Amino acid sequence: MARLTDENVTLAKEIIDRYPRAKSALIPLLHIAQEQDGWVTDEAMRHIAELIGVTPAEVLGTGTFYEMFKFEPVGKYLINVCGTMSCALLGADDLMHAAEEELGIHEGGTTDDGLFTLHRAECQAACTEAPCLQVNYRYRFRTTPVEVRQLISDLRSGRLDDEIPPHGTLARVRQHIPADKGVGAVDPSQVTSPPEWITASAEGGAS
Amino acid sequence: MTSFPWAPGFIDGDRPKIVTSRFRYEDSHTLERYLATGGYEGLRSALARSPHDMHEEVRSSTLLGRGGAGFPAGVKWGLTPDGVFPRYLVVNGDESEPGTYKDRLLMERDPHQLIEGCLIACYAAGLSRCFLYIRGEMALAQERVAQALNDAYEAGFIGKNILGSSFSIDIVLHWGAGAYVVGEETALIESLEGNRGMPRLKPPYFPAAIGLYGQPTIVNNVETLSNLPFIATNGAAEYTAIGTESSPGTRMVAVSGHVRRPGVYEIINGTTTFRDLLYGEEFCQGIRDDNDLKAFVPGGGSAPWFLPDQLDLPFEGRLVGAAGSMLGSGAIMVMDSTTDIPAAALTLTKFYAHESCGKCVPCREGGTWLMRILERVVEGIGTTDDLDLLLEVGGSICPGDMPHAASADLQLEATPFPYKMTTICFVGPSAYVPVHSALTLFRSEFEARVAPSRTRSRIPVTAVGAGS
Ligand SMILES: Cc1cc2nc3c(=O)[nH]c(=O)nc-3n(C[C@H](O)[C@H](O)[C@H](O)COP(=O)(O)O)c2cc1C
Ligand code: SF4
Ligand code: FES
Repeated sequence: MARLTDENVTLAKEIIDRYPRAKSALIPLLHIAQEQDGWVTDEAMRHIAELIGVTPAEVLGTGTFYEMFKFEPVGKYLINVCGTMSCALLGADDLMHAAEEELGIHEGGTTDDGLFTLHRAECQAACTEAPCLQVNYRYRFRTTPVEVRQLISDLRSGRLDDEIPPHGTLARVRQHIPADKGVGAVDPSQVTSPPEWITASAEGGAS
Repeated sequence: MTSFPWAPGFIDGDRPKIVTSRFRYEDSHTLERYLATGGYEGLRSALARSPHDMHEEVRSSTLLGRGGAGFPAGVKWGLTPDGVFPRYLVVNGDESEPGTYKDRLLMERDPHQLIEGCLIACYAAGLSRCFLYIRGEMALAQERVAQALNDAYEAGFIGKNILGSSFSIDIVLHWGAGAYVVGEETALIESLEGNRGMPRLKPPYFPAAIGLYGQPTIVNNVETLSNLPFIATNGAAEYTAIGTESSPGTRMVAVSGHVRRPGVYEIINGTTTFRDLLYGEEFCQGIRDDNDLKAFVPGGGSAPWFLPDQLDLPFEGRLVGAAGSMLGSGAIMVMDSTTDIPAAALTLTKFYAHESCGKCVPCREGGTWLMRILERVVEGIGTTDDLDLLLEVGGSICPGDMPHAASADLQLEATPFPYKMTTICFVGPSAYVPVHSALTLFRSEFEARVAPSRTRSRIPVTAVGAGS
């Protein structure tokens, strides 16, 4: 567990090919690494650097800018309690306290069994459904302290395994561009003329 | 007036609908439903015209950008330099402004509408590749858009020679990874290039001139693009028949906080007032527990606050600007009489201080200072000096007059939007805005919280040997 698996390398190459410049795939590939191991390891960053032709330091440099990438192990379930304005107005603190009590850790901590990490997060674009939280980026809306305790016990018992994959897994549906349908990415320096439908339009519509 | 379990927060109504017309179907995100409800007709209608004509149609619709700045989309597409290719479309799906909730719904509930919008924009403006940047924390939106893209490729709506025409385009789904500032368009481009998401200086880095990989790039918001299928299908005239001349069409607005029925509403642009929204039977139905309204943020966390005095203003950019705030991202946050104003301001200031990318000093240092000082005021260990210090630190981020609302009680006249700023982007000023609004409109609440400043004992200084 560290370098990307063969299967993930195939996936990584497919992603890299979609961009006119390989470095653009840096963030998507960090997500794949995090999905594979639950967090982003040094070995995975070195491997990503090889794949996209940058230095490992550049991968780390970009990665550390972004909240979602974790560079040390986190719990299988990352609970992000929203603490921004709309949620704060409607009781975000109570949710946080309930979670802290139930888990026996403080905000920012991870439980000893490695199952849960608890964070205060910023606005989750669900403000009308305040107060809310996410577990591994899956939402719980208009939540109460009682529901938070129930959620934690459901997660512990594995009752939510189908709905909530382990930390690192984002979308379970991936984009796939079929080889015979895609246009393909070209380095911008290779293109100087307008796209075909613009030149063709001198004679009317594109159809 | 119905809500649907599959569209959390969205509340339907008996009003003209442009972007939420399919939300009442549980399967609104599928290609089947999309095609059964007029889907991809706008694309066909665009392809039957020249790109130039399609662009003109959008120009004459006066479709305003929904990402925050309200810039007309048709005008923006015309700002790319002549003869420079390739050009790109970057879709801004990074929705993270406090209070804002609409783009995520549009991506989860009607991803094909967004895709069709992207296709129309690329066709009309001659953009040869599209990158759809979705906020990392939105797992479901990513799944829905990925599925929709796969289905649309399979069906021949995306890819080579779309519907047998000379129009060929790829749409690439891109994941973000959690950073508010990346929603700023030049930071979005940096991020898409694989870098830390720090904004670039404008000028020279206006995306339309120098954007992704240094090429002309159009950045449009998800809601903006989602309007295009309607405009292409029905024509600009039908679009401008809704709303007002300066603010045509509809807008998605999220109202959150202390109202009876918080929700996301598609409202008629330009005419719906804040009173309609907060108190109307078809909207939020008043303040919770019959409390009084204390204040509200009219346009996302970055917007200066309004008082009950401003309730009768319509949702119209220029009028709201003249009244001292902005419509921003269509997000209203409501505070009732029980609200602890300094603490509410602190949650917002904390947000922007935390999200500073660190590129400019007034934001990096000033935001943190504002947060720290405000923290001690809220905790009750601040002094009266701290209140002036807040304004002084804020003044180094936004020198000169700050916009604020009028208040009859305080006998205060409005100072119109915008402000001056010493920073590259709006994150720095946004850390100050809530502090300034709260302090200007509710100073007594701060004063009640702080102790008088200790007057420092002065040691008289006498020049040596001055005495006789
Ligand atoms: C700090 C900051 C954050 C922003 N966040 C977003 C965002 O999350 N989504 C968005 O569409 N626009 C956001 N914007 C506005 C974009 O810079 C840009 O104006 C917009 O995407 C253009 O699209 P439009 O013309 O269709 O509105 C943000 C701007 C700033 C300064
Ligand atoms: S204002 Fe703040 S977030 Fe924006 S560029 Fe400057 S430091 Fe970065
Ligand atoms: S404030 Fe919590 S989701 Fe927006």
